[in-house]
Amino acid sequence: MIDRLDQIFVLLKHWLVGYLPESWQVPVGVIISVACIVGLYPGLFALTTVLERKGVGRIQNRIGPNRVGPYGIFQPVADGIKSLTKEDIVPTRADGVVHFLAPVILVVTVFMGFAVLPMGRNMVLVDMDAGLLFYFAMGASTELSVFMAGWSSRNKYSLLGAMRAVAQMISYEVALLLSSVAIVMITGSLSLVKIVDAQNHYSYGLPHWFIFTPWGLAAFLMYAIAGTAETNRSPFDLPEGESELVAGYHTEYSGFKFALFFLGEYVAMFSISGLGTTLFLGGWTAPLAALQWIPSWIWFFGKLLVSMCVFIWLRGTLPRLRQDQLMNFAWKFVLPMSLLNLFVAALWRFMGEGLLRWVVCSALLLLAYVVMGRAEMHRKHYGPRSYRYAE
Amino acid sequence: MLGEGILKGLAETAKNFAGSFVSKERLTTVEYPEERTPLPEAARNFPFLVYDGEDWEKGMRCVACQICEKECPPKCIYIEKSKDKKPDYVGKLQIYPAKFDIDISVCMSCQICVEVCPFEAIKMNTEFELATDDRFGGLLLDRKQLAHSNEYYHQLHPTEAADVDARLAEEKAKVEAKAKAAAEAAAAKAAAGPAASATPAKPAAPVAAATKPNEGEPKA
Repeated sequence: MIDRLDQIFVLLKHWLVGYLPESWQVPVGVIISVACIVGLYPGLFALTTVLERKGVGRIQNRIGPNRVGPYGIFQPVADGIKSLTKEDIVPTRADGVVHFLAPVILVVTVFMGFAVLPMGRNMVLVDMDAGLLFYFAMGASTELSVFMAGWSSRNKYSLLGAMRAVAQMISYEVALLLSSVAIVMITGSLSLVKIVDAQNHYSYGLPHWFIFTPWGLAAFLMYAIAGTAETNRSPFDLPEGESELVAGYHTEYSGFKFALFFLGEYVAMFSISGLGTTLFLGGWTAPLAALQWIPSWIWFFGKLLVSMCVFIWLRGTLPRLRQDQLMNFAWKFVLPMSLLNLFVAALWRFMGEGLLRWVVCSALLLLAYVVMGRAEMHRKHYGPRSYRYAE
Repeated sequence: MLGEGILKGLAETAKNFAGSFVSKERLTTVEYPEERTPLPEAARNFPFLVYDGEDWEKGMRCVACQICEKECPPKCIYIEKSKDKKPDYVGKLQIYPAKFDIDISVCMSCQICVEVCPFEAIKMNTEFELATDDRFGGLLLDRKQLAHSNEYYHQLHPTEAADVDARLAEEKAKVEAKAKAAAEAAAAKAAAGPAASATPAKPAAPVAAATKPNEGEPKA
């Protein structure tokens, strides 16, 4: 029974596909899975927007939207109707084709990332050997769409936003990749299914998630920082800083195209959270051995929603970084720490079992963190901004 | 240590988040259409016309002098004088506005009309829910829409309205005293000399003539 509940979606798909002739089964099965992914994440996106507005409202001691439906839960429906019926404006001097393609490419590439994410036991669209590589290739393509949007709009704010976005995304992509490489070093596989399997065993009822190791925790923090920056989320929302750049690269987008950008941004957050969950938080595995009876997909989506809540919490707390702070942070703190973490992960791998490797690895990372943190904080760049006026 | 501030900030926002569910005092916003904060007494936005008594047409204080129309910086007031006359609050016959329109889409709420009005006839309203789907007609208020009772004025701006009432009562008393004095003088005159009896139907006329200069004097 429990097993069946765990595999309910897999069984449902097999049952549906079973009615078809043999040669049709594989392509139709893929189409069903894709349709599920493409349908599910926009639904979660709608849920998250209302969650975010209510959550940030509460953080600021407001009530948040509460007009549409009970407690405002149908707010996304109203928002959706609004953005669908809005006029779609393309600037006269814009590059029409590129302007149109940018949001499409963003959404397509963002959804492609889900192809390799295992969302439950046996619930992965493609079990690719190089899944992680595929994911990052797709993730990097979002930069293209962002720059296309900014460039084709022929608007200074769009272009500035796109420039910032590309600079930021490239800088943090390095950290993102390096923090994930530690996982690959330990598991010896790029397949996300194998990475989850590597974490799916328990000792004393506790799971062997990678976040519960010194190098894993460090890598997770680096990953979280870089992932937030990759998705242009606050406090790294410089590319669309509304107080500086109107709306950044999607200034000139309205109506449904804007909605697509909005959707793409949130789905990218889901996808980054999903990958983070897979790499560090054990994917679809239960946090306690005793809780393994709960279906795996509930764990995956639960972890996903929790990380979305953390995103919202961070957004409600932190102010936006300045461009130079952003770059300094990426290249002078996150990157060296990730590199050090690679060394620590290797040390962990070759020191063998025992308490010693825990002590050595933790001490190394902690020492580096404290020393670099001190050094960074005493650097002049982090002081208050000083102005020099023209004579 | 690096990151300490972030943790502190996160704790603070978490406190806010949880606290807003627990204590109602934390919530700073007001759920507007259902509940609203009282407007300050000095609040104002568009002018209205004050009338005394029950009937807005009869009690309208405005005498269509057109000062406000001339002073209005964006020229949003349109007045047409009446052909006939009606008595004002002291009982004197005055012309009245046959038409008095204010285009509130043009009005800039400067209150100059209120300041120049010698008759305390135009005051500032606080009504702000004036949205309409009729862009031109709906925002052009005629004299019937503009007319509000003195009691309404008292509700909006109690202090100011009390001052105005006191001033008007004082004036009315002055006028009445003068009329009485004039009537007494006339009566004395009539009693004193038989020559005065040549104008028996006149007593009202000098009173009206006497009030005329006094009417504008204290206010102008």
